[in-house]
Amino acid sequence: MSLAHDARVAIRAATVAQRPMRTWPEVNNPAAWIVAAILLIMPLIANGFFLIEIFATTLILGIMALSLMFLAGYGGMVSLMQLTIAGFSAYMVAVFGISGNANISLGWPWWLAVPMALALATAFGTLGGALAVRTEGIYTIMITLAIGAAFYYFTNQNWAIFNGHTGINTVATPHFWGVNWRADIPFYYVVLAVAALCYFAVEYLSRAPFGLALQGVRDNPRRMATLGFNVNAHRIAAYAFASFVAALAGVLQVWNYRQISPGSVSVGACIDVLIIAVVGGITRPIGPFIGALIFVLLRTFALDFLVRLGLDGNRFRLLIGLGFLAIVFWSSDGVIGLWQRWRQSQRPTAKRPGGGRGHG
Amino acid sequence: MSRFVERHPAWALIAIIAIAVALWLIFAVWPPGLEEAIGRKRVFLNAVFNGITLGGLYFLVASGFTLIFGLMRNVNLAHGSLYLFGGYVGYAISSATGSWLLSFIVAFILTALVGILLQVIVFRRMEGQDLRQTMVTIGLSIVFADLMLWACGGDFYQIQTPNWLIGPVELPLITAIKSSGEPVYLRYPMVRLVIFAASVVIGVAMWLALNRTRIGMIIRAGVDDRDILAATGVRIQLVFVLVFAFGAGLAGIAGVVGGTFQSLSPGEDIRFLLASLVVVIVGGMGSIPGAALGALIIGLAEQLGSVYIPTYAIVVTFLIMVLVLAIRPQGLLARR
Repeated sequence: MSLAHDARVAIRAATVAQRPMRTWPEVNNPAAWIVAAILLIMPLIANGFFLIEIFATTLILGIMALSLMFLAGYGGMVSLMQLTIAGFSAYMVAVFGISGNANISLGWPWWLAVPMALALATAFGTLGGALAVRTEGIYTIMITLAIGAAFYYFTNQNWAIFNGHTGINTVATPHFWGVNWRADIPFYYVVLAVAALCYFAVEYLSRAPFGLALQGVRDNPRRMATLGFNVNAHRIAAYAFASFVAALAGVLQVWNYRQISPGSVSVGACIDVLIIAVVGGITRPIGPFIGALIFVLLRTFALDFLVRLGLDGNRFRLLIGLGFLAIVFWSSDGVIGLWQRWRQSQRPTAKRPGGGRGHG
Repeated sequence: MSRFVERHPAWALIAIIAIAVALWLIFAVWPPGLEEAIGRKRVFLNAVFNGITLGGLYFLVASGFTLIFGLMRNVNLAHGSLYLFGGYVGYAISSATGSWLLSFIVAFILTALVGILLQVIVFRRMEGQDLRQTMVTIGLSIVFADLMLWACGGDFYQIQTPNWLIGPVELPLITAIKSSGEPVYLRYPMVRLVIFAASVVIGVAMWLALNRTRIGMIIRAGVDDRDILAATGVRIQLVFVLVFAFGAGLAGIAGVVGGTFQSLSPGEDIRFLLASLVVVIVGGMGSIPGAALGALIIGLAEQLGSVYIPTYAIVVTFLIMVLVLAIRPQGLLARR
């Protein structure tokens, strides 16, 4: 019992006794409007490389981390298999859809393959979740990590469906209404739309009765059970929702890279998703996207940056690891927590900023 | 044991039949029909021995992991890094001095020192915050992995087996009967048997130390309730440091063992971390006998699986974990 309790305390961090707001918190926040406007006109500002390699990739990783944030922040369950679910969904798109490996792919059109992939990946994640909810707290990390690793080794060994370690290449992307949806600008908008959809869905769900009950389960499962809530059913439902979000990200990812291989579902990549979520902050849905932006920027530019400083450019992961350690050491609420504390220290007399963020 | 038989007669019967079948498969000369169905007996026996010896290696890694978890509630996800670090240290020592045994001692001491540093500098600061500790160990494993990649590169290393252990040994197990009526005995690498025997000795010694000595009593009491133990005046921080050092040292020894019978390369840390995760999930967190049983089951499943169903070997391991979680979520031999 004490295990789960400690875990929850660590997750909830600083934001505790704030009153949940019933309105959308973004409506009254000018910064949110500015960010939304910039994201919408991004294709005017950024060229193809920045648009896809930085922003679309950030949004896709952000969606994956968002699904982890939903589970960890609202459900108190740190699942390391979110990337595995996304990867499974990506594999299913490649297997059911059209790809260069004709002996494996079934050649369905994308509007059949994608729902199929989403359904299967959601089922996969829900099953994994049903397994993981049999345990609590840090055990969940271990079990989901083991599931992720088993999937990675399985894709490496299985040639009939997953095509072994070469993976599936040249996956076809949708092409309809005269638009090539994988061309830079349409694809950016597709990703942005899905990301916005997931973001607002999580935001909405966190204040809907289900989300509130889930947060109750996180804070005190025994009391919620006494009140008549089915604790495990809520947790499994949370896994189902998070799996769907992760599956959406998986579909976008396979369209982005046009290929999928075991390297994309490796254990290191699973842990990267956790790092993204924790660095960004797992108390509210914007955190994962901030974390993803930092991660992608570091991954893309760390090499040049380190070389310019006269260091070995290959030490990117060292930088990521040290940054992650620093965040875990000094801010249990990620970058958002740091930002919020800085804001507070700037305005000692004002009351707590950001009134609508209390649903963490 | 007898209580288990009384409470679950059906399970006990199944277990007895399974053990009997396994013994028959190992000791009897296989009839030709069976050899046709599932292949040569030599292949089977080799897989069984590989599985058992691999289980010994897994036990060395997982017992430190489970001991640290049991006492400190710290899921040390950097355990695989300690394993790999021990392996690299062992390689450096054995290639510099040529002494295999010395490499064990140095690897144990150095990884134990790393363990002490981790416990004193990092984990003591965040006692009782399980999730944060776990996150820190994830961060540490990334940093260690990259530092070791930096220092040692991406090459494969193998620790030289000492001369007196090279070569096969003939075991009194008949694999086949020649047409002349002469029995053929199983030949098996000496070094793997020695290492397995050593891991059994370490396991038994650990069990005795935990159950028969004063420090063992303190550790067991700490596993049950560390707050009350601290309240009785035991210097619990010292116990924590010692246990962490010992657990880390075991991982270091396991690294040398693994470097001798397999090889060392980046990525092995993750592999052994996962092996120990699965082993302790199956055997039960915090239980040394559980780690032994889990290691044996997983080692056998992995080796037999890779011989008889190569494509799905990893799935077998995974299915065992799922099955255990479904039937006994706390693990096979955990008390709680």
